[in-house]
Amino acid sequence: MTTNETKLTKKDFTSDREVRWCPGCGDYAILATVQSLLADIGARPEKTVFISGIGCSSRFPYYMDTYGFHTIHGRAPTVATGLAITRPDLDIWVVTGDGDGLSIGGNHLMHTLRRNVNLNILLFNNEIYGLTKGQYSPTSPLGSVHKSTPMGSLDRPVNPVSLALGAEATYVARSIDTDRQHLSGVLRGAYEHRGTSFVEIYQNCNIFNDGAFAALREKGQKEHNQIRLVPGEPITFGPEGERAVIAEQDGSLRIVPTEEAGERVVVHDPTRVEPTTAFALSRLAPSPTGPTPMGVFREVDRPVYDDELRKQVASARERYGEGDLVELLEGGNVWDVL
Amino acid sequence: MSGTSTAEPERIQLSSAVVRFAGDSGDGMQLTGDRFTTQTALAGNDLATLPDFPAEIRAPAGTLAGVSSFQLHFSDQDIHTPGDAPDVLVAMNPAALQKHLSALKPGGIVIVNTDAFTDRNLQKAGYEESPLHDGTMTDYQLHEVPVTGLTLRALERHIEEGALNKKEAERCKNMLALGLVSWMYSRPIAETEEWLEDKFSSKPEIADANVTALRAGWNYGNTTEAFAFTYEVKAAQLTPGRYRNITGNQAMAYGLIAASVRSGLPLFYGSYPITPASDILHELAKLKHFGAATYQAEDEIAAMGSVIGAAFGGHLAVTASSGPGIALKAEAMGLAMITELPMVVIDVQRGGPSTGLPTKTEQSDLFQLLYGRNGEAPIPVIAASSPADCFDAAIEAARIALTYRTPVALLSDGYLANSAEPWRLPAVDALPALDQAFAFTTEPNQQDGGFAPYLRDEDTLARPWALPGTPGLEHRLGGIEKEEGSGHISYDPANHHAQTAMRWARLERIGAQLPPLEVIDPSGEAEVLVLGWGSTKGPLQAACHELRARGRKVARVHLRHLAPLHPDLDDLLRSYRVVVCPENNMGQLAMLLRARTLVDVKTHNRVTGQPFASDELVEVIERMGWGEQT
Repeated sequence: MTTNETKLTKKDFTSDREVRWCPGCGDYAILATVQSLLADIGARPEKTVFISGIGCSSRFPYYMDTYGFHTIHGRAPTVATGLAITRPDLDIWVVTGDGDGLSIGGNHLMHTLRRNVNLNILLFNNEIYGLTKGQYSPTSPLGSVHKSTPMGSLDRPVNPVSLALGAEATYVARSIDTDRQHLSGVLRGAYEHRGTSFVEIYQNCNIFNDGAFAALREKGQKEHNQIRLVPGEPITFGPEGERAVIAEQDGSLRIVPTEEAGERVVVHDPTRVEPTTAFALSRLAPSPTGPTPMGVFREVDRPVYDDELRKQVASARERYGEGDLVELLEGGNVWDVL
Repeated sequence: MSGTSTAEPERIQLSSAVVRFAGDSGDGMQLTGDRFTTQTALAGNDLATLPDFPAEIRAPAGTLAGVSSFQLHFSDQDIHTPGDAPDVLVAMNPAALQKHLSALKPGGIVIVNTDAFTDRNLQKAGYEESPLHDGTMTDYQLHEVPVTGLTLRALERHIEEGALNKKEAERCKNMLALGLVSWMYSRPIAETEEWLEDKFSSKPEIADANVTALRAGWNYGNTTEAFAFTYEVKAAQLTPGRYRNITGNQAMAYGLIAASVRSGLPLFYGSYPITPASDILHELAKLKHFGAATYQAEDEIAAMGSVIGAAFGGHLAVTASSGPGIALKAEAMGLAMITELPMVVIDVQRGGPSTGLPTKTEQSDLFQLLYGRNGEAPIPVIAASSPADCFDAAIEAARIALTYRTPVALLSDGYLANSAEPWRLPAVDALPALDQAFAFTTEPNQQDGGFAPYLRDEDTLARPWALPGTPGLEHRLGGIEKEEGSGHISYDPANHHAQTAMRWARLERIGAQLPPLEVIDPSGEAEVLVLGWGSTKGPLQAACHELRARGRKVARVHLRHLAPLHPDLDDLLRSYRVVVCPENNMGQLAMLLRARTLVDVKTHNRVTGQPFASDELVEVIERMGWGEQT
């Protein structure tokens, strides 16, 4: 048992269960980062809950020595919402994947983001169905050849960050499994944000979709392709900062050589209430095979659903007093039979 | 009451009466019925109501599809049903007459709004010529009343002064009809006047117009000599106590609040709007001062998920839906079952399958609740049997959920949901003390200081309820099969079999701990048993009452618990010569009973969207019970 006085370590967040992801899976790195981060930020295991759906990523709660709930396919945000409404004292994390969160559970994800429930949603995007052994997913590129699509997939992929911004999520970020420092940074931001935080984590599935994020993961490529979003800084990237992001007349963004950009380089500001520029940023990279923005796209304050709901309960109690059962039953017309 | 009478009509004393108001969906028939019900309740009668309305909010005016009706049975005796055939039909247009005339008792009274009997409306109702004078009405006492015209005349001043326009004035015609029927049955209208003034307090001119129309209707009856009789139904000799009128959905909401108060757990109610369950959400949304959180989810699945989350968080978690919504919740209900969290899932049944008959009643979701999940997923299922009984049923559902840590399905239906009856208010302190049903686990339950979330209580077989936030009890729940005790994931074949058996054993344990089954057999010598569940209780009660009056020795049992079935049932069923089980489905409980007891249970099944009429059941039970002998 732990007490509030003890400084916790990664070990305090590590359960005694054997981790059963495939050797080499990106999930290991994410797990280690989360366990260390929770110790660093002073989270308490008993106050922390991990809720997941179904899929490889959704085994996550079993490996955390916190409270956890491995629910059913796509429904983690719904269970998390019920818990968040009833228990404001908890830190609730939802772990989901591209199939779980964007396909079967897409509706819940959208509504949770729009409501701004006090949750942190981590979407592990590996662009594949891993647990069902390799069918294409809603984030797989058009034309993906997998078991269920031998002639290529026909549906356009969804961009998770665009979707979250479209639902006006209040904290939207992207990171990648192997970059512990960057991932820790955006997760810390998610933890500190009140409301729904949405973090897309590119995660390599070395069995069914190896190398999907090579452009952002591999030495020699990532330096050219990762567009690091830093609040207050002009958006430039490349080993020498030689490329820059500028705004077009129509509001879309474009990548140009920094020397051509001059003063037109967009300065990153995630606190803009209007999500339009953040959305345009998310459209810069149709797929993570070239230059791709990483970091916090949007971070704004907005009333939080569960806080507001509890406020209504409190204000009803203020107005009508603590509910009285006898009074309730005798409300309306009553008559006495003697 | 103003107005003087020219010739006092004769007042006839009745023991009971059945009145049906019928009109267009926009004619305000439900409201008229509600008001007449309240007036009748305040007059001290026992009563039962049957609202019946189309699924369309505003079906085309004047059509048969758009007819909305409200039936009220009131009596100086204890009654159990909204009545079979009405004594009085108020028909606000030809479609209402067309649809309801055949239900009326021979010689019954018909009051028609002649102003609505236009060629266009007659045609819409399928009449080639007016039924008022072609012989159709010869078997009835017809009263032709120009309800619309009288209303407009009564409101002439209001229209002239510009307080309301002609169309708004016409809308008051239901109050004129209510005034007239109130006069006929000697019902005081003062309470309705107050109600109107309160309802339209921000629009005093509308309130005044409605009150004027109401009084005009009363005075019309009083001053014209068209009505030779008025009727009086004296107050019923009900059990002493304080009474109110209540519908099933309202009683359900109050029962959930009572369960919250008596358990000390805040109520969390997550649901998605669906007919005929939505009124429970509407009621609870008004009761936040009881600490009740209501959450309108994005869909049925989300509602079910939210309830699982709230139960995990330690609240009294409840959702409600109807058949189609329950189908969507099924997978999550399985998760709730295997994670053994306490919650209540209410199904206000309606006609099925698929979208079915949204505003009509049926008992056809029994199998869905018993078996409608993947795998062996037993959950307790109970049913409410009258509008007021929804209150007790909600508390019983919460008791089982909290005691045994399981989702509990609670069946109501469209008839119970919308119908009203007088309810003798319970003593709040005498309601079950649900705080005795559970205790949150706060200490490790293992020698080594660890916590095993599936270590069971020997008496109830319930697992510990340890809430997130409790130091040292961190554990993981999930839908994957778990090892007994530790709750760890287990794919062990023998463990899965043992766990499945354990989940059934836990269900049966609930049955073993129930009080004895109540058998109603005044003679003590009955050879015929009538058995039912849910909203058929009223008609079955009335039918058995009638049969006993005819000298038939009949016993009756009404089941609250459908899963598990009461352990007394096996011996009980085998002890009768004939067992009859009428249901508003195609024989679901009967099939269960046959399978379990091997008794050849006789069935009577009807799914017309309407509750059984008691005379139909009298005939059926008599034929099945004694047919060969007479």
